[in-house]
Amino acid sequence: MVKKGEWVRIHNVVLDASGRADRLPDDTKQVPLEMWTKGTLLADAEIGDKVQVETATGRIETGKLIEVHPYYKHSYGKFVPELIKIDRQLREIMYGGEK
Amino acid sequence: MALAKDYASVMGRSNEIMKTALGLDYQDFESGSVRFDYETLMKSTGYTLDEVNRIQTLTGVGHTPLLELRNISALSRKYAKPGYGARIFAKDEAANPSGSFKARRAATAVYHAKKLGYKGVIAATSGNYGAAVASQAAMQGLKCIIVQECYDSRGVGQPEIVEKARHCEAYGAEVVQLTVGPELFYTFLSLLEDTGYFNASLYSPFGIAGVETLGYEIAMQCREMLGKDPEVVVCTNAGGGMITGTARGLLKAGATETEFIGASIDLTGLHMASDKQFNLKSCTTGHTGFGVPYATDPDHSDVPRSAARPLRYMDRYVYVTQGEVFYITEALANLDGIERGPAGNTALAAAFSLAQDYPEDAVIVISETEYTGAGKHIQPQLDFARDNGIEIYFGNPSEDKPGTNIVLPGDPSLIRCREADIDRMRASLIRKSVAAHNPNPTAEDIAFLAEETKTDEAFVRSVLEQ
Repeated sequence: MVKKGEWVRIHNVVLDASGRADRLPDDTKQVPLEMWTKGTLLADAEIGDKVQVETATGRIETGKLIEVHPYYKHSYGKFVPELIKIDRQLREIMYGGEK
Repeated sequence: MALAKDYASVMGRSNEIMKTALGLDYQDFESGSVRFDYETLMKSTGYTLDEVNRIQTLTGVGHTPLLELRNISALSRKYAKPGYGARIFAKDEAANPSGSFKARRAATAVYHAKKLGYKGVIAATSGNYGAAVASQAAMQGLKCIIVQECYDSRGVGQPEIVEKARHCEAYGAEVVQLTVGPELFYTFLSLLEDTGYFNASLYSPFGIAGVETLGYEIAMQCREMLGKDPEVVVCTNAGGGMITGTARGLLKAGATETEFIGASIDLTGLHMASDKQFNLKSCTTGHTGFGVPYATDPDHSDVPRSAARPLRYMDRYVYVTQGEVFYITEALANLDGIERGPAGNTALAAAFSLAQDYPEDAVIVISETEYTGAGKHIQPQLDFARDNGIEIYFGNPSEDKPGTNIVLPGDPSLIRCREADIDRMRASLIRKSVAAHNPNPTAEDIAFLAEETKTDEAFVRSVLEQ
């Protein structure tokens, strides 16, 4: 159970696929418009429940509870060998390498 | 009685919502035909350039260093004919409080919102502008909501945009994230209506007035450091606000001889509203997906009339590739010792190539740098591309195919910006304006369209006769 007062992330469907705007590419028209927000959980709940949260600006937003204590997972990425090659090439052209 | 919040109802109230959320009635600037009074719109902020400078200085915005990129200039010169290879300078806008020139746009908008008594501000942006508004809202004690297009239907976020969400939250803002699609505007309008907050639009006159100080500073710094105005200013172009505001600022400083060149990453072939193609982009701004539609139809933004009108100021428009921008970003860090971008380095990739066509004593200024962070850096962006099936290899950037490959230039001589057909874009703007407002344009409309496209009445008439 997720306790009232925890910082959580919720998910919503803003528009079903059938309700999407005209003049969209076909692939986008086939999927719903989805939304994610974060806030403080206003009552005890389970993951997957429809809940209410109070957001950072004090708005009350409703949605499906999907994550407790959400955190960022983006990073500086995995190794890209091409970058080493660029660095070496630039130094070679400018300074003649490590002679 | 509660207002109906379905899509059609909210979109139907768009004009009223905008009027309330901007404190401006755009009808005041309309002629009833094609022409509208652009300069009166710009004056409607009520702030002079000096006042904007004062407002920005209150929160530490602006007065950023102008750095000579000596080693990148020297590298470029190696590929120029004798006596050629201009000096390249960068306005280090990453030194602004939120890490980009967008702090200038946000400072003026948030100051104005506070003065008018709004309790909070909302902006629709997946870019650096979100953090800029959030940072200013924090400094000026207002609430802030940022609405982002961030994920595809698999829930996979662009690393560059996810980083920008984190940056907004760091300043205490609420971030509302959406999947791909222009109906973001519906959520945005609905939030404006529910909260009564100010629409801190990128395209309001407050936002653009905020960029004028950037152009003005470039002129003053060049005169102090070099004793002259820059021959060329290159601006990364997406929504058009950068080149509009920068050019206006330079012109206000009297730099009437400076050539203004817009630069965008060529993403031709990728549809910006496509769910499947969303994550095939490896740069989320500074590209033609924004640059071309906003140049040819500036008024399709989140305000009734955009204050960002790039074709009014642009002398040339050039394209570079994602691979060229990634390469030059690595060069900027490795040769000139500053880690910035990558998207903000679009103008630098173009300047590297353009410099070879100008004499050694000519000065080319790129109007911005931007901060670098997790997700917003060449390594995660290239890694993300590879994970999404994009082929990355060294070769000739002319082989570039957006969404399929990223061709890193095999050597710096292969970095060559390509001239976009600006006359075609000018013609497109003229046709769209006439179609939207009056199929039988008046003499005043023709004069207006010549100003809109930096051409003359003969050009406008020739387009209309085709």
